[in-house]
Amino acid sequence: MTTAKTDEVVKEQSAPSTPSDQRERDRMRRRLARRRGGGWWPYAFLAPWFVGLFGLTIYPMLASLYLSFTNFDLLTPAQWIGLDNYDKMFTDDPVFWDSVHATLLYVLVSVPLKLALALGVAMLLNRDLRGIGLYRAAFYLPSLLGGAVAIAIVWRQVFGGDGLFNDFLAWFGIKGQDWISSPDTALYTLILLAVWQFGTPMVIFLAGLKQLPKDVYEAAAIDGVTPVTRFFKITLPLLTPIVFFNVVLQIIDAFKTFTPAFVISNGSGGPLNSTMLYSLYLYKKGFTDLQMGYASALAWVLFLVIAGFTAVNFIASRYWVHYDD
Amino acid sequence: MSAITTASKSPLQKLRSATGSRRIFIHTVLIGVAIVMLYPLLWMLSSSLKPDTEIFTQPGLIPSSLRPENYSEGWSGSGNSFSLYITNSLIVTIGAVIGNVISCSLAAYAFARFEFRGKKIWFGLMLGTLMLPTQAVLIPQYTIFYNLTWINTFLPLIVPKFLAVDAFFIFLMVQFIRSIPRELDQAAMMDGANPFQIYWKIILPLMKPALITTTIFTFIWTYDDFLHQLVYLQQNDKFTVPLGLTLFLDQTSGSSYGAMFAMSTLALLPTLICFLIFQKRLVEGLATSGMKG
Repeated sequence: MTTAKTDEVVKEQSAPSTPSDQRERDRMRRRLARRRGGGWWPYAFLAPWFVGLFGLTIYPMLASLYLSFTNFDLLTPAQWIGLDNYDKMFTDDPVFWDSVHATLLYVLVSVPLKLALALGVAMLLNRDLRGIGLYRAAFYLPSLLGGAVAIAIVWRQVFGGDGLFNDFLAWFGIKGQDWISSPDTALYTLILLAVWQFGTPMVIFLAGLKQLPKDVYEAAAIDGVTPVTRFFKITLPLLTPIVFFNVVLQIIDAFKTFTPAFVISNGSGGPLNSTMLYSLYLYKKGFTDLQMGYASALAWVLFLVIAGFTAVNFIASRYWVHYDD
Repeated sequence: MSAITTASKSPLQKLRSATGSRRIFIHTVLIGVAIVMLYPLLWMLSSSLKPDTEIFTQPGLIPSSLRPENYSEGWSGSGNSFSLYITNSLIVTIGAVIGNVISCSLAAYAFARFEFRGKKIWFGLMLGTLMLPTQAVLIPQYTIFYNLTWINTFLPLIVPKFLAVDAFFIFLMVQFIRSIPRELDQAAMMDGANPFQIYWKIILPLMKPALITTTIFTFIWTYDDFLHQLVYLQQNDKFTVPLGLTLFLDQTSGSSYGAMFAMSTLALLPTLICFLIFQKRLVEGLATSGMKG
């Protein structure tokens, strides 16, 4: 509609319109408006998406809610057991709490570290440097490969007893250990893997930094503002919408982590459940133990927790995210 | 000379163009980070060429003797030949790419170009599914495919992509189509084109950059997607590359580390090649898409 209006203004300025032109244009505009409504056309284009939305998202969500109140092993019909799954989960399943512990630790340590590193490197890259494309590529590559089983395998060997990491420590005279098979450190190797993949938020930060208004910095430079003040009083506040975007995305991503936990612990979540990330526990319950009702309850809790984190993020964002318009 | 150039620079430019020593400092830091970032990958590559005995005893990157047999042994290695896993992976990824390109572009065209009842609500739902963790719907989806007797086939990995389940790409394409001038559609409409012809002849060719981004990311993400392949593919002859790799893990109680690293290196090759060819587009596509609502 707005484009039609501006068209009209332009035309009226360029040539005086005769009444018949005007009628012709009105008719055309009505036709266009009708066409943009499109009758059944938009629904035809959306048909595959509708099937996917209802068949593979909404129905499964509801089915999973129903299954979470049942005993279901896939082979025999589901039996209604009310809240038993949830009850068991919260009161009588130590492994569940192990997985909650591991997952929260993983999310709360890896996300801030990753974002801090991403922002730091993005700031370094945000200037006219020779070879900047090469640096960006080098820093982004691990993020692209990160989800692959091959990388998780490499990680497992790097942090194994006689792996690369201990060779590195040996340079400094530190005697290493088998980081993967120690319950105190195994999760931190996963966290390190997540942090290593800081490329995606880095690229997004970099795009944000490039959009910052230059005049503000010019004024600050004239006033002789120190770099530290410049960062905390100008850059960070102006960048908050992008920080927010990255925080939301990375938290959701971190909650879903599966592959490295599976590969590094050989599917066990060990040692002592220290790498039993929530997704891995859900997979084991559903597809190894065939407790699909229980796994559905786990899935709903995960969904609610992620939704909760996202909602809290959005509410909190009112207090720290600055939009200029 | 330098005084003149400094004088003609704005304060901002002065800020940005660091002095010589600072420049060197920044480069040093960045090169250091780059080495740390790439070292594990180089270590994998070098280990793939070392004899088993040397992988964990000789820390340097240069093998004292090359052992390319790791590759041939790994290739014929674990039960099936690796070529089977690669073929399977290719079927799945190519199917997924075609599905995503078609279904997501259709949906995106509808959202970007039509007004219809409840459009805002549908669009909101679409964005909502972006945040939905796949684990939340995994089990009912599995029962659906189980009842369709699709388990241990590639269908559960391909068919959903034809139903536009990857909302991320719909969103990306909506943003892109919005930047295509509507006048082009309108001109085609005056010439009597129907909405499908406009989509096919005007929008699709113009949105090639968005389609290429979708293709690359769908390819890489599907190729690397381990969870769904693990759930749906159960017999070795249907295994994809990630599943084939995990077979090595069970075996490495023995001494086939070299072969395992060799196949890990090979498994990363398609992604690496994609990255090297499309590096600029990947990085920029990510930075600009989905940023502003």
